Amino acid sequence: MTYPDAKLVADLSKTEMAPTRQGYGKGLVTAGEKDERVVVLCADLTESTFSHLFKEKFPGRFIEIGVAEQNLATVASGLANYGKIPFISSYAVFSPGRNNEQIRTNISLNNVPVKVAGAHAGISVGPDGATHQALEDIALMRVQPNMTVVVPCDVVEAEKATVAVAFNDKPSYIRLGREKSPVFTTPDTPFMLGRAEIYRDGKDAAIIGCGILLHNALIAAEELAGEGIECMVINSHTVKPIDVATIVAAAQKTGAVVSVEEHQVNGGLGSAIAEVLSKNYPVPQEFIGAQDRFGESGTAAELIQAFGLGKDAIKEAVKKVISRKK
Amino acid sequence: MGLLRDAVEACPACSTTIAEALKTGYVSQYIDDKKVEELEIKANDARELLIEMLTEAGSGHTAGPLGMADIFTALYFHVLNHDPKNPDWAERDRLILSNGHICPIHYVLMAMSGYFPVEELKTLRKFGTRLQGHPERMRLPGVETTSGPLGSGLGQACGMAYGARMDGKKFRTYCAMSDGEHDSGVTWEAVLFAGKNKLHNLTAIIDRNNIQIDGMTEDIMPLESLRAKYEAFNWHVLEIDGNNIEAFVDATHEAAAIFEKPTVIIAHTIPGKGIREMEFDYNWHGKPPKPEEAKKFLDELRTLGGKITSEHQ
Repeated sequence: MTYPDAKLVADLSKTEMAPTRQGYGKGLVTAGEKDERVVVLCADLTESTFSHLFKEKFPGRFIEIGVAEQNLATVASGLANYGKIPFISSYAVFSPGRNNEQIRTNISLNNVPVKVAGAHAGISVGPDGATHQALEDIALMRVQPNMTVVVPCDVVEAEKATVAVAFNDKPSYIRLGREKSPVFTTPDTPFMLGRAEIYRDGKDAAIIGCGILLHNALIAAEELAGEGIECMVINSHTVKPIDVATIVAAAQKTGAVVSVEEHQVNGGLGSAIAEVLSKNYPVPQEFIGAQDRFGESGTAAELIQAFGLGKDAIKEAVKKVISRKK
Repeated sequence: MGLLRDAVEACPACSTTIAEALKTGYVSQYIDDKKVEELEIKANDARELLIEMLTEAGSGHTAGPLGMADIFTALYFHVLNHDPKNPDWAERDRLILSNGHICPIHYVLMAMSGYFPVEELKTLRKFGTRLQGHPERMRLPGVETTSGPLGSGLGQACGMAYGARMDGKKFRTYCAMSDGEHDSGVTWEAVLFAGKNKLHNLTAIIDRNNIQIDGMTEDIMPLESLRAKYEAFNWHVLEIDGNNIEAFVDATHEAAAIFEKPTVIIAHTIPGKGIREMEFDYNWHGKPPKPEEAKKFLDELRTLGGKITSEHQ
């Protein structure tokens, strides 16, 4: 059973589908309505990042940079330094990929509140192939001091996360997907930056994930319950600052953790969880994610299957981690 | 700073109009020979402080900061509309230092104009200092942005100028850059952006000293014709002797009077300017003087290159 307080959709197997980047576009408009300091910059990807929603509503506060991601970051740094709240929209492979040093020096070290939005993150980008499938961006961003890192799990959470980072007064990264993915949270689902949400309770293992794969985790947990294995499912949408208390409590309760993310297992959420556990309460952990390899072309569904990110892979990982308990 | 501003204080009757004119930047701050001479002396003082601080630090860049001593003196004691006691004043002119490695001369002029005590210059590059090897916004009030990695300053200056124009603010944004950082692609991304957006409230100042770490710019990666390049990107281009304070001040006036384009002042400077042994020698780009060299150099500066002898007789 999912936690009633999580207020998820009634039937996880029959959800609407929408991409998280669409939630970002809606969130931009909401944030823009709340505060006229909000401006949006884009690097020739206005529609595919859903920044056009903001552009149509606030044309005077939309700035087209062209295919120049480094300048995207530096111009935004200057705007934030002056007093604006800039969002910079691009694909994650370019921003924070190509412009990583500009983000490091001019945004994080400068400590100015630029919001970096990396769309088309993860393997689910699909046919575009490895060049456009960012699998390193969480790692790139979470090692920078001052930076907040958020990975929304669906379109509803993406909208909430966008509005939240607009007003956190900090350099922030928000990670977005291209494909339509299940909409399984609701406007009533609790969301607070820095606080992980428990979506399902259980005693045998804790699945801690972020992003669209959380839906697979919930389905896996449901199927495992039919086999008598009770899993917690935790949405750790804020990868940095990570919710240490919730993760440690889950480890104490279950004694086994599976991390789930659409990212390299090196440096992402799984690594962040392992850091928390090894310092506070070491328990066995299995890592669902890209196993140190680049992506390739295919449909999102094919790739999620091939890269071991589907519900069956998660179920196997749960069984394996439980078997490793002492 | 400046005679017109002095006049504002002296004459309450006309102060409103003049103050308004000054604020809008439409009226140039008149500079006369006396003021130029005063600034030249200050620039020489700045060079002395620079040699002292670099020698004390034992590492850092020497040639570039010496070459830019005149321009930074003119900026801090005449051109910039700023308040050292209130570094966060919202209406201040912004000065972005893109080539952060010449920060020693920036620090010297900040100290001389009252942002922090001159004695603090001796802490350059030492543990716990606010005067980091490359400048950091979060450490020292008055430093507009963190810089060092080359090429990133102009984009930030563009962001400030763009934001200011969105809000109808009258302050100007200046960006001091090196010629070497024109090797970098991101510099040209920003040059494109400023040209597209006609950021007339932005003035870039290029320290055209022709040297970079590996040698002469035209050997490493030729930049000429810089003028033609900037003109092609829709900028207004001025070329001056960057060690001539009057020429620099005049150029900033002209930049403020151009409303259709951003302006770049290509300031031809002499690296190591003021110390004959260093001038034009790229070997002085990235090292400080040794103590025994410093004594010799300071003597040269204190006698204005041998022109003044009485003090040392």
